[in-house]
Amino acid sequence: MTDTYAQLIGNPIGGFLADKVGLPKPVRLDRYVEGAPLIDGSVLVGSAPGGRLGEAIAAVLAEAETPVDSRLDDEVRGALGVAGIDAGVWNPEAPADQRWKGLIFDATGIGSSEQLRELWAFFRPAIRRLAPSGRLIVFGSPPEDCAEPRAATAQRALEGFVRAAGKEVRYGATAGLLYVSAGSEGRLASSLRFFLSPRSAYVSGQLARIGAGGDPSSIDWERPLHGKVALVTGASRGIGEAIARTLERDGAHVVGLDVPDLATELEAVMSSIGGSMIAADITGPDAPALICDELEANHGGIDVVVHNAGVTRDKTLGGMDEGLWALLMEINLTSEERIDDALLERDVLNENGRIVCVSSMSGIAGNAGQTNYSTSKAGVIGMVESMAPLLVERGSTINAVAPGFIETQMTAAMPIAPREAGRRMNSLSQGGLPVDVAETIAWFASPASSGLNGNVVRVCGQSLIGA
Amino acid sequence: MSTETRPVAILGSNRIPFARSNGPYARASNQDMLTAALDGLIDRAGIAGARLGEVAGGAVLKHSRDFNLTRESVLGTRLSPKTPAYDVGQACGTGLETVILTANKIALGQADSAIACGVDTTSDAPIALNEDLRTILLELNAARSNVDRVRALAKIRPGQIVPEVPRNAEPRTGLSMGEHTAIMAKNWGITRLAQDELTAASHHGLAAAYESGFEDDLVTPYLGLERDGNLRPDTTIEKLGKLKPAFGGSDGAMTAGNSTPLSDGASAVLLGSEDWASDHGLRVLARFVDAETAAVDHVSGRDGLLMAPAYAVPRLLARNGLGLQDFDLYEIHEAFAAQVLCTLAAWEDPVFSRERLGLAEPLGTIDRDKLNVRGGSLAAGHPFAATGGRIVGNLAKQLSELGRGGGRGLISICAAGGQGVVAILEAAGQQTAHGRQQTAKTRRGRA
Repeated sequence: MTDTYAQLIGNPIGGFLADKVGLPKPVRLDRYVEGAPLIDGSVLVGSAPGGRLGEAIAAVLAEAETPVDSRLDDEVRGALGVAGIDAGVWNPEAPADQRWKGLIFDATGIGSSEQLRELWAFFRPAIRRLAPSGRLIVFGSPPEDCAEPRAATAQRALEGFVRAAGKEVRYGATAGLLYVSAGSEGRLASSLRFFLSPRSAYVSGQLARIGAGGDPSSIDWERPLHGKVALVTGASRGIGEAIARTLERDGAHVVGLDVPDLATELEAVMSSIGGSMIAADITGPDAPALICDELEANHGGIDVVVHNAGVTRDKTLGGMDEGLWALLMEINLTSEERIDDALLERDVLNENGRIVCVSSMSGIAGNAGQTNYSTSKAGVIGMVESMAPLLVERGSTINAVAPGFIETQMTAAMPIAPREAGRRMNSLSQGGLPVDVAETIAWFASPASSGLNGNVVRVCGQSLIGA
Repeated sequence: MSTETRPVAILGSNRIPFARSNGPYARASNQDMLTAALDGLIDRAGIAGARLGEVAGGAVLKHSRDFNLTRESVLGTRLSPKTPAYDVGQACGTGLETVILTANKIALGQADSAIACGVDTTSDAPIALNEDLRTILLELNAARSNVDRVRALAKIRPGQIVPEVPRNAEPRTGLSMGEHTAIMAKNWGITRLAQDELTAASHHGLAAAYESGFEDDLVTPYLGLERDGNLRPDTTIEKLGKLKPAFGGSDGAMTAGNSTPLSDGASAVLLGSEDWASDHGLRVLARFVDAETAAVDHVSGRDGLLMAPAYAVPRLLARNGLGLQDFDLYEIHEAFAAQVLCTLAAWEDPVFSRERLGLAEPLGTIDRDKLNVRGGSLAAGHPFAATGGRIVGNLAKQLSELGRGGGRGLISICAAGGQGVVAILEAAGQQTAHGRQQTAKTRRGRA
């Protein structure tokens, strides 16, 4: 799990050499610490003329008591004033010493390619004033919702800007795009908070769509899952363990599930977070019924389901026997479908429920030696997309995270060449941590994330693979 | 005592040209300059020998011997020696504050006439003894025996000869006014170009005022100086743009050009009731309508040192049922170009409006062609307590020239200690202040 290269670069001689040779210089990313403010610094907010999200953005920043600056002549300033934010003034033409931890731009007012210039006008003078582990966030309207083709074109163009900006920002800063459909302004808070906070440390160059859904009631942002029960499969170690711990931190009672072989490890994790456990093989024919019985009997149903359990059985296709294919597909995809079906049929998934799946970069890009794995993980994405309309009818959501290179026992066992390639070939020049995946899942799991449905967000540091 | 108030007329003004520090007035005392300004006004108004209700005056930098500066100056003028006088001090707001105080007495019927005046010298400035030496000398003075006297004298050390020179610094922050303003300018994003543009406009406005003869009955030459020593009629934005930053560090936008220089000078304004004016055959130039003072907590840094007028003006407007745009002329004291620009920015800012002023809507923008039309302090210079009189006299005359339609002018002056003094004048042809205030009340009643 040790990133030797990052340690080497961290010392003065190593850092000097890396500069000279032009090697990547990973920095230590800010990560969430309990009780810390939403974002450790002030943010600059701007809006293209006609933007419709100013008030919603200002409300989030006001609630978080985040210091805010804006240009004096920016439309958004009226919204900042209404929200009760005593915002500072930024004028790129005047002497200034501001540095920001976050840059937020409401691009929903952009209705044509000519107006994309507003992106340039806002970010150009500010981007070099973005602090380490800073956040560059653009809000847009979903292109598919735009009535005018030119507006849709311009809104689709935002994606290219954000992906490129994610590759330009330095020192652990990230970029993100949030498409908010009309009428869903009140549902952007959980996503803006996630994108701004260090919880999204390893999420860059990503976009999410915020659309219809239940009205998020008032929420304790420190413990958003208070009173909720969360099922996490594969919870005994690695990413699954991090997910269990993170959801518990956010207030949930966690029900950990893993195969009976790992019951001891699972029990250790669950007892340390006051959770419950189910030792079961999810591929068993009676597993869905067993899980539903357990959740119904002891927990009054389930609020959050995290399909994390998964395996790799790598072999090039020509040499892969049927067993490797079938076992993997059963664990990584089919069992999840069967569990979901049972949860929905028996109404075990509570109202405003959340299903969060763990896909993979391999499911997006495909990976040699992983036809089985890539197929299953692409299938997970398909499951999210196909199930989303069903879940929204029930006031629930389904989304997926797709981790890139995450520092786990699995990646530590990789040969050095692919391991180093995986670590460095991303905008942050380092691997992510299990907690980065867990934080992203916690964002989808939040009761405030009712507007997020059918999203697949990569937790990959903006990996070059599959980009 | 009557509970009714009566209109207050502004009947004339006079000032000596303002000089740059250590220039032509280097040897002139506060009393010399104030006496000269008063005598010029007395001559122009033809009121020699008159016993006025009172003369209120002040200086920011005063010698200890100037404890009764205004009264002593009055005794040196051609006014009746039976004219009482008193000193006022509110830093750079002093001059306008003397106008407000005397106007209020006239409005209340406690006086029929008055002169409001101010003076300052930064050349003939008071220099105090070193604090250690002062303590020793006080001890010496209190000594009862020769032995005690010798003991006291024996404590004197060479270093104690270094005197305490007054600094243009805020006592509670240790920052100079320029440094404070540089922080304000940074907080409000004020550009160098905007400051230099305002400065050039100030010089050009004042130069045109002299050229057209506008200043002829406002200024009386003194000690060989006929026009303000700081005035640069041929300055340009380009020339100003070449000056090095004076405040705000190496990338600062404030220079010696767009900041007022230390200056020497004096000014005086004659006020009276309308009856007193007609009895003395004096034409009413304008009426004093209302005034407001404000202060900010600059020590905590929440507000900039010179932002108090940004608070005073909205309160004054609200009381008079006026909007910021309901004026024909604006006189905003140019302590620094940045101060004026920060104030205008604050009035335009929806955030300042909501968070600081508690107003749903910002005051809005003003027509910059109506701002400091005949130049401002950047061109004329700024002898602290004399600036208020210069502005009131200047605005009253401009209002008198607006013609039958009348008009209204707003004055805004910032002052040390985080203070601001603002006032409204209106043309004599305007509906009386009295009647208009009633209108304002009715309007409020309806709302």
